[in-house]
Amino acid sequence: MPETDIVMTGGNEIKKGVANSANLDPSAWVDRYGDYLFRYAMIRLRNRSAAEDLVQETFLAALKNHGSFSGNSSESTWLVGILKHKIADHFRRQVREVPLEDGDLREHPDPSSFDGSGHWTSGPTDWGGNPADLYRERKFLDQLTECLSGLSPNHANAFTLREIEGADTAEICKVLNVTETNLWVILHRARMQLRRCLETRWFHRKTEKEP
Amino acid sequence: MLSCKDVTRLLSESMDHSLPIGKRVGVRFHLLICKFCARYERQLLLIRETVRRLAAMEDAYGSHIGERLSAEAKERIRKSLATP
Repeated sequence: MPETDIVMTGGNEIKKGVANSANLDPSAWVDRYGDYLFRYAMIRLRNRSAAEDLVQETFLAALKNHGSFSGNSSESTWLVGILKHKIADHFRRQVREVPLEDGDLREHPDPSSFDGSGHWTSGPTDWGGNPADLYRERKFLDQLTECLSGLSPNHANAFTLREIEGADTAEICKVLNVTETNLWVILHRARMQLRRCLETRWFHRKTEKEP
Repeated sequence: MLSCKDVTRLLSESMDHSLPIGKRVGVRFHLLICKFCARYERQLLLIRETVRRLAAMEDAYGSHIGERLSAEAKERIRKSLATP
């Protein structure tokens, strides 16, 4: 198994039992790492059955290639490395199944944001409070996931690779098979739509509750 | 002179690669005089920061989604591992 191209963001994966290939214990994998790998896949794929399938594929690939386990990293790090490849493969499949269309590359998803001379018609609203603490809000992740699911799959996948995986644009271009210029447009559109969705569904909802 | 529409595009691009100096200066100047675009930039950066922190927390503890593999899925995976 080659070293993964997609870089890790956190480096804070669970460190469990450092082992070498001689004492790998596949029968314990599902209980030990199943939920962890599932959540890892879930936040990136936003789809339960796809996430379950990739966890299964990860374990099967690990079983087949257990000789590649060096023992230098923990079992969980090794398994996450395999899962990362599976996720990138999944994104590659999606872009083949639902190819990017001209509409995906048009600059603005929402031309009504700007008037003819390119000025805001209605600018971003004040998000108030202390939005920097947002990551502590349990329900914010649900909302974010829903907003991401509202993007076209390729836009959501590009955003995920860039902002969750922290992959650089050259790597993402390879996975999604697009030029760098196209990727910038895709990411611009994804960010703009996501910002608008969060504004409407999270921040606006909150201000409505406080008359 | 850059329009707000141009600036939103360039702000996103600047999160993925460094802009040529001329464009960078143009964007910075625009942000000094445009409240909406300055807000737009803050919000994009906030979204980036929040997404990264959430994902890091999720990878570490799974505290937010709190999702687990269903019992059925676990059983199915166990079976597939047992019959190579």
